[in-house]
Amino acid sequence: MEGSDGKKSRRGAGRVCSICNERKAALKRPKTLEQICRECFYTVFEDEIHRTIVDNHLFKPGERVAIGASGGKDSTVLAYVLSELNRRHNYGLDLFLLSVDEGITGYRDDSLETVKRNEIQYGLPLKIVSYKTLYGWTMDEIVKAIGLKNNCTFCGVFRRQALDRGAAVMKAEKLVTGHNADDMAETILLNILRGDIARLSRCTFITTGEDGPIPRCKPFKYTYEKEIVMYAYFKKLDYFSTECIYSPNAYRGFAREFIKDLERIRPRAILDIIRSGENFRISSSTKMPEQGTCERCGYISSQKLCKACVLLDGLNRGLPKQGIGRSRGRNNAKDEEHNKDSSFQSKPCGALDV
Amino acid sequence: MSSCRTTCQSHCSRSDGAQDFNESSIPIQNISIAAEPPTSNGLPAPCSKCGAEERFYGSMCAVCFRGHVFGKFKLAVTNNAMISPSDNLLVAFSGGHASRVALQFIHEMQYKAFTSWVASKSQALPVFGVGVAFVDERVASNQPSCEVDKAIEEIKLIVSDLAPVQKELHILPIESICSLGSNDGKSKLNGLLETITDTTGREDFLHFLRMLSLQKIALERGYNKLVLGSCTSAIARHIISATVKGRGYSLPADFQYVDVRWEIPVVLPLRDCLAQELSMVCHLDGLKTQKLLDRPCVGINALVSSFVTRLQDENPSRESTILRTAEKLKPFHFNKFSKNGYHDFLPSRLRSKFQNVKDDSSTKEVLCPICGSPLDESDLQNLIKKQENYQESIDYFISQCCQSCHFQILPKNEVPLVQFYALLPQPFTQRVNINSLRDQIKDCLISDDDDLDDYS
Repeated sequence: MEGSDGKKSRRGAGRVCSICNERKAALKRPKTLEQICRECFYTVFEDEIHRTIVDNHLFKPGERVAIGASGGKDSTVLAYVLSELNRRHNYGLDLFLLSVDEGITGYRDDSLETVKRNEIQYGLPLKIVSYKTLYGWTMDEIVKAIGLKNNCTFCGVFRRQALDRGAAVMKAEKLVTGHNADDMAETILLNILRGDIARLSRCTFITTGEDGPIPRCKPFKYTYEKEIVMYAYFKKLDYFSTECIYSPNAYRGFAREFIKDLERIRPRAILDIIRSGENFRISSSTKMPEQGTCERCGYISSQKLCKACVLLDGLNRGLPKQGIGRSRGRNNAKDEEHNKDSSFQSKPCGALDV
Repeated sequence: MSSCRTTCQSHCSRSDGAQDFNESSIPIQNISIAAEPPTSNGLPAPCSKCGAEERFYGSMCAVCFRGHVFGKFKLAVTNNAMISPSDNLLVAFSGGHASRVALQFIHEMQYKAFTSWVASKSQALPVFGVGVAFVDERVASNQPSCEVDKAIEEIKLIVSDLAPVQKELHILPIESICSLGSNDGKSKLNGLLETITDTTGREDFLHFLRMLSLQKIALERGYNKLVLGSCTSAIARHIISATVKGRGYSLPADFQYVDVRWEIPVVLPLRDCLAQELSMVCHLDGLKTQKLLDRPCVGINALVSSFVTRLQDENPSRESTILRTAEKLKPFHFNKFSKNGYHDFLPSRLRSKFQNVKDDSSTKEVLCPICGSPLDESDLQNLIKKQENYQESIDYFISQCCQSCHFQILPKNEVPLVQFYALLPQPFTQRVNINSLRDQIKDCLISDDDDLDDYS
């Protein structure tokens, strides 16, 4: 820890929880380093999420809400906590699980089994949409065609649309995802590094797509990834904890490593990055993309064809680079020219928009 | 000793081998790598600008490259009306590559103006003056005193070699800003630093003390502008570290070409130059720099620096892209010279560019007294809530501090906090003008009897 005057824990002395002052402290809270008992941790964790939901008016009573569920820790904890808070505080929400099958053998098929168990454990109906059905391609087939350099771009773009389509089919009025504070901080940093002021201005919004068919929101916006893991661990929640087998080359990993190092020195830095992102003075005269619809599929798009259609078109015509990187004549074209020979391509991971 | 290829007038000597530069901690690789590979017929590729000479850095020969870097400096100075003939500039010199190049380029501009003045019959337009400032930080660092003395002697030599227009060198020990005429500056500074437990906070506080020291020199010695050698690479690091410290709102204030928040306005003429380019210029011109006074970062700043270095290694345009993103953030009203008549010294074709510049005092920001950052919305709300009930000046001071300084600089416990405030140099505490603060927020204050006179 960076030069602070934090007290050293006394071995064998058994500290008392600093919140209730009754029970024995069982953990150090990652966000604040307070030493607290398990029960108080559950309370502060759940209460902070409840405060986020209420203060940001995320839901209205009676709404039908799809929970984006991958089987991973974030979405499993999200499903658990949201259904718990829905009961406890009478949000009046009609919740269901929505999963995307990207067709990644040995990863997604395993994690989907976890979601199927969550369906039973939490009593929430489950809907699965697959890339194969929607696009005619699985991620395994895509990786075989294009290799491992831009696969995350394809997956992220396709997943975003798949979630929207699945939510629409199930007549959901809102979609919630398990994006947490660490994800938010990484996205802010990545958009600074990429020079994407348009995304930088939008990426800190807790609710996005309000002018579209299915708004989506992030109740975990201020929740630390480490605390989500801790919650899942102590509550013994059932989740699938392996990294996507195609992920090692993702550019986002660069920023992720930096944030982990930052958190070690100064835990509050993650929230400070989000605070910075929310407060950036982005001029209203900054040119933002105009929202239209895709000529082919009708999905929301700032261009004639949406990104998914462009990528799919490239795949079907054997042109794997189509839609990857920026076209000449746009801003920062010079930046992309430098990237040609770099092993770390500064290509956006499609999940930045999710 | 080989002669310098450029006409810099400073009788510089070419040093052996590549130099490490210290202001952004980026090592210079073998110079031959900096040039692009030979053409397909095996011959060295010619310069992309003049087509005559062999490439030296990137696609340019040595002369064109130097011209390119100087061109960026010149453009920043001209486009932002940084230097007027009646100015008396103080150039901050840390010993590093960037400030050495800033000094060199300013010197060349001054020499050219001097030559024109000598040749001119009327000698109507004065030549701007230049002084050099160095802040001696040995008290706050681990460097042996004799080494620092040796480094200072070399700096004196560097400055005295800038002929023919002599420049005065001002050396100020950083602790002198803490003392009021007595010799207790060192103990006061150490006492102050001891109350700051956060490593990054202590480093940042030293940076603020350094800025105040430079302002003090400028004020006392009659300079009207302060020139810093902040380059793209340093600014890119600052952008990321400010983001990481929750300073996103105030970030645009810190890296514009012009900053008139301070009593002596600050200008950054090397803002668009990369650290590696500036190191190359030093190497090319044989400009001496001081490695001994290297200030390696600690804590968050060190982590950010190594992160950006790694990114830059992967993509050489990364630092420029980071700056370009931050450039799209809205600057503050104090990021331009807006006094009436200020731009009269410019040629008419340039003057028109500044004619719509207004002194927009109505958007005055409340500044943190420690770091000088404009307070964001939530800091302002806290300020409004707390200020109603305060009696003591220390309370007013603390309430006006931004959340970042609150966390990493202000001591958490009462005893060290009182000690911190007591030892704080006056330039910090003077920034809290209680009456002026009330005036700015009085329309948001609610009293029992609505009589605002009670607060004055």
